[in-house]
Amino acid sequence: MKAAVTATGGDVSSEVDPRFGRARWFLIVDTESDAVVAIDNSVGVEAGHGAGVASAQTVIDQGVSCVLTGHCGPKAFRALEAAGIDVLLGVSGSVSSAIERWRKGEFKAASAAASPRRPNEDKEREDA
Amino acid sequence: MEVAIASGKGGTGKTTVALRRPSIEGSTPVEVMVPKIDPDRCVGCGACARFCRFHALACVKDGVLLFPELCHGCGGCSLVCPESAIAEVPRTVGVVERGRSGSLGFIQGRLMIGEASATPVVRAIKRGLPNDGIVVLDAPPGTSCPVLETLTGVDHLILITEPTPFGLNDLALAVEAARALELPTSVIVNRSDVGDGRVVEYCAREGLDIWLEIPNDRAVAEAYARGVLPAEAVDGYRDGVARVAERLLRARSESVAG
Repeated sequence: MKAAVTATGGDVSSEVDPRFGRARWFLIVDTESDAVVAIDNSVGVEAGHGAGVASAQTVIDQGVSCVLTGHCGPKAFRALEAAGIDVLLGVSGSVSSAIERWRKGEFKAASAAASPRRPNEDKEREDA
Repeated sequence: MEVAIASGKGGTGKTTVALRRPSIEGSTPVEVMVPKIDPDRCVGCGACARFCRFHALACVKDGVLLFPELCHGCGGCSLVCPESAIAEVPRTVGVVERGRSGSLGFIQGRLMIGEASATPVVRAIKRGLPNDGIVVLDAPPGTSCPVLETLTGVDHLILITEPTPFGLNDLALAVEAARALELPTSVIVNRSDVGDGRVVEYCAREGLDIWLEIPNDRAVAEAYARGVLPAEAVDGYRDGVARVAERLLRARSESVAG
């Protein structure tokens, strides 16, 4: 099972980046092999609009089944949700301690209702 | 002749200078084209999502998700789709409203709540402008896409500013944009008797003509709050507006002659 943790640096001693879409790095942790792969998220950091969608696509392409981060915007949440990825919000501290706590099952996946929405979004989803 | 009224900073007085309150007589929707993905044809290859530089598409396990508010309507996704699964359909993002105020025609664009980009609305307004007479364009603040869309191709640009550090900072950004678009540019300093002299110094240094200085006057705010044009209610204001109009016409005849 693989998880993506948003991080301010490229290794597990760095802090969890509180933002998903504009996170500096994604650390992809594989629970079976304990391998950690660092992915530079300059695409998300530098995007004018759509940082959340771009970042969601990045972690979806990594085949993760959950995301650990501080906060996740509505568009990214919708994409991650559609891909069947659990989003664990409110995570902070070092990446290594976050992984530790996640393995102990300390975090619960956020439901879609906990995610902020734009005024027209529900209508658009009905229209689509 | 098209004249744009812009500013770096918001709240400097663009609209106060540019217009009077009109009555609205009719409106037309503004539509942009967005992709519509045929789920039966889509094989989830992700070519469209990789192509879209605005990140309006995400390829997930059940197919492709569209985020229409991020779409710029370029149509590239439908071109790169190897399965021809993407069609383009119109989506309403705002309205253009037309009206009159006395002898003046009036056009305004309104973006729908929650929409991210005003540029298509500005574009729709500019497509419907009359070819004759003097058209005054009241630009949004700043130097972003909707502003550049407003300014592109105008005959003259008047930048409204105020003599504060914020006014000066944003004026300098707006002047840079004006130079990139090669627009003949002049300046009006609103609330000219507050703040400091740095805006005037900046204009002298940069070779920008200050066409009018409007002093800070409570009567202007009082007139504005009653919905009356300052030029109709405040002594001296009408003369200032007339001087600006004169200089505009002179600038036009010089550019025609030159």
